Amino acid sequence: MIAAMVAQNIFFYAIAATMVGAAVVVVTSSNVVRAALALIVVFGGVAAQFVLLAAEFVAVTQVLVYIGAIMVLMLFGIMLTRARIGHDPDMTNEHWWVGAITALLLVGVMGYALIDAYGDDALPADRQVIGVNGSNTGTVSDAIFSQYLIPFEVISVLLLAALVGAIVIARKDR
Amino acid sequence: MLNQFLLLGAVLFCIGVYGVIARKNTVLVLMSIELILNAVNINLLAFGAARGDVAGAVFALFIIAVAAAEVGVGLAMVLIIYRNRASVDLDEVDSMKG
Repeated sequence: MIAAMVAQNIFFYAIAATMVGAAVVVVTSSNVVRAALALIVVFGGVAAQFVLLAAEFVAVTQVLVYIGAIMVLMLFGIMLTRARIGHDPDMTNEHWWVGAITALLLVGVMGYALIDAYGDDALPADRQVIGVNGSNTGTVSDAIFSQYLIPFEVISVLLLAALVGAIVIARKDR
Repeated sequence: MLNQFLLLGAVLFCIGVYGVIARKNTVLVLMSIELILNAVNINLLAFGAARGDVAGAVFALFIIAVAAAEVGVGLAMVLIIYRNRASVDLDEVDSMKG
């Protein structure tokens, strides 16, 4: 049990350090394609953290939707807007320090609040939520299709409306 | 153990906020928004695991679906801005500036 906790902590900090490093590359790199590839590393790290939180279905969905679909769309966006492939110093505006101050203040306030509120809360060692059918994924699907059915349907309609809207916005013959 | 996931989410969120404010290229701003949404998902699942509740996982899935819709519409808007102005520089999109 102790060994499992230590292993979880080692993996958490290794993955978290990789994610934070890659996220900094995403917001500072002067090469658009490099930023997109660093974003893939962040998404993969998020999926790994989901596995550590025993949410394997969400982790697989993260890989399919974010790495599989959203990143392809982003790369299409980069290629279609003919961003300069390679080094381009003109990626960060001159007021970047406003963003840096905002982000540092936010991380300070949120870090203080989180340490103050959840300083010594522990996660349960067994994080699987096992429902009547004996699996985490089954429990999630039971919850979606019973308790959260109306939000699920609303999101289906939202997705359809967004896709139709995207086609209407981007088409040429107007 | 709960706190380290929440702090990771907070750090990723703030990196995303920095990217939204500091970046000039529209596609890079969209990428920073994705960072923010992922940070929120980590928080949802951490709280779900702490409470032994699947609601966190359910809403993380909903956020993933909404993020997909958002990227679709966002990139369509970026493409039409590029078509009209031959540039995706946010500093040049200032028609509504007072």
